[in-house]
Amino acid sequence: MIATLLSSLLLLAVADSFAAGDGAVKLKQADNDVSDTASLQRGARNFMNYCSGCHSAKYVRFNRMGRDLGLTEEQLIENLMFNAEVPHDTIQRTMTDEDAKRWFGKPPPDLSVTPRSRGIDYVFTFLQSFYVDPESPTGVDNVLLPGTSMPDVLWEMQGYQRAIFAEHESDEGIELVFERFEAVTEGNMSPIEFQTFVRDTVNFLDYMSEPAQLKRKAIGVWVLMFLVVFLVLSYMLKKQIWKDVS
Amino acid sequence: MARIESEIGTPKGGFLKWIDDRFPLTKTMKKHATEYYASKNFNFWYVFGVLSMVVLVIQLLTGIFLTMNYKPSATEAFASVEYIMRDVELGWLIRYMHSTGASAFFIVVYLHMFRAMLYGSYKKPRELIWIIGMLIFLALMAEAFAGYLLPWGQMSYWGAQVIISLFGAIPVIGETLVEYIRGDYSISDITLNRFFALHVIALPMALVGLVFVHIVALHEVGSNNPDGVEIKDHKGPDGIPLDGIAFHPYHTSQDLVALIVFLMFFCGVVFFAPEMGGYFLEYANFDPADIRVTPEHIQPVWYFTPFYAMLRAVPDKLLGAMTMGAAVVLPMLLPWLDKSRVKSIRYRGWLYKSALAAFTVSFLVLGWLGTQPANGLNVLLARIFTALYFFFFLFMPYYTTIDKTKPVPDRVVWHG
Repeated sequence: MIATLLSSLLLLAVADSFAAGDGAVKLKQADNDVSDTASLQRGARNFMNYCSGCHSAKYVRFNRMGRDLGLTEEQLIENLMFNAEVPHDTIQRTMTDEDAKRWFGKPPPDLSVTPRSRGIDYVFTFLQSFYVDPESPTGVDNVLLPGTSMPDVLWEMQGYQRAIFAEHESDEGIELVFERFEAVTEGNMSPIEFQTFVRDTVNFLDYMSEPAQLKRKAIGVWVLMFLVVFLVLSYMLKKQIWKDVS
Repeated sequence: MARIESEIGTPKGGFLKWIDDRFPLTKTMKKHATEYYASKNFNFWYVFGVLSMVVLVIQLLTGIFLTMNYKPSATEAFASVEYIMRDVELGWLIRYMHSTGASAFFIVVYLHMFRAMLYGSYKKPRELIWIIGMLIFLALMAEAFAGYLLPWGQMSYWGAQVIISLFGAIPVIGETLVEYIRGDYSISDITLNRFFALHVIALPMALVGLVFVHIVALHEVGSNNPDGVEIKDHKGPDGIPLDGIAFHPYHTSQDLVALIVFLMFFCGVVFFAPEMGGYFLEYANFDPADIRVTPEHIQPVWYFTPFYAMLRAVPDKLLGAMTMGAAVVLPMLLPWLDKSRVKSIRYRGWLYKSALAAFTVSFLVLGWLGTQPANGLNVLLARIFTALYFFFFLFMPYYTTIDKTKPVPDRVVWHG
């Protein structure tokens, strides 16, 4: 308690001398399109195959997802619902809490709304920024989130890569600044195929973070068009009523 | 049949008459709408009072529907908001209207207050309207602060933690007071529950009550106008102010146009940019509250940032909190700090005009600084502009006395 209070006070007093994500690593543009249903379907497949073992998306229901992605209930049951009984179940991870704690220290985060807190570009870049680090328990580290306990689950497709750091001298000594990646092994996908694979996956994550966005803008267009008509009428009404004001 | 009629009397004037004999319906309509006369030269700045009322109604209505689905419990709050966003029919629309409405409320209220400063609407005989308005502003700030805890995101949690801990700076009773507000040793389920009660019952009731009194007081005295002249000083033979026109249908038809323009902006945000680049819905608030993880960068929502910047500009916590409190309360004294003979900016001298400009710039810059990390230059800037903000009020009796004003016309300026 005292520690929390102190830390919040500290934040007040010195108030965040460290800005969020000091911009050392440049984020790649995800450039995804949630209106691309085929991409979302591929993304759903990728997510269920590569992510949902460890990560839940506990606010996302299969039947809703099926409706939004143009999938039938049979397709859902056969292809995506590995760990769910009925179509109105939500996406739960396969791993148990005890296993999660034993293997990773803490349960991997739920991914229902992650793109809305981190940004979709962050997730897109993160998934491509693992590099070989023999000192890490998982054999890899990530330049975006150093010390991450997440293993490189996409290595088969991407192949392993090495990170090249440049040494920069600052007041606080020598600082390692990330420069670029170098491929160590080849993946079973070409770099372009892999990029599309990741884009589909984050596209699906983006969709999951706010399913309403698929129709939000479409409804908005109608609402604004109605308001434009209403504006013209109300302006004419105002002119008419004000005619006798002298 | 005829005998019965002669006994009970034939109805005259129909249903309305029946009502009017029992309730002042027509009388009220006349007093507050069809025979409430306000100046015909109202401009852009005069729409924000009505818009504030509209936003209040939006917040009350959407709030009712959110309350039907929201769960004020530390374990369920975040999930229930996501439930509203996903599983409740049009829940996302209700939620976005409410979150956009919160920011819209402050935008229109700030502009409404600025209007009063432009045209001296707080000056005699409207001091009480201004004081009640400031109380509405205080209630609104409390309402927004309580409401911001409810989604139970990281920024909800840590923002509340930082602001509530400010009360701890009060000597002797501080720590006890903080525990009393939270109802616990840290922000917890208990805090969430009481903030929910405040947000959905206590503060909305206070707001509605104060708004009612605000309007009763306004309609007693009559509205100011961009020239700051009293239209009641020049009445026609029928007793109607010569420059006044009935609120309904004249001002209402004008306000309707303004309302639709406002709704276009409002719906533009709701449907196309509900997060408004992280200003209306902060990104960090999409992470559930976690007592073990302090966000790197704690900042309140944009409408509190000018005051937050002042808080951080002062090195001492207690003095900082007092500065912030003074900044919010000081405008209440405007009617007595302003010694000018004229109300409207149109007839004031360059001293007041420059002072108001400096004040406006200070408020905007402080608002921006409140969203930035408080380091080096930012702290210096925050101190300079905090000082400017206070100078505006503290030196007002002096510069409004010596300011060279222009002659005020007898009647309002009107170009048909």
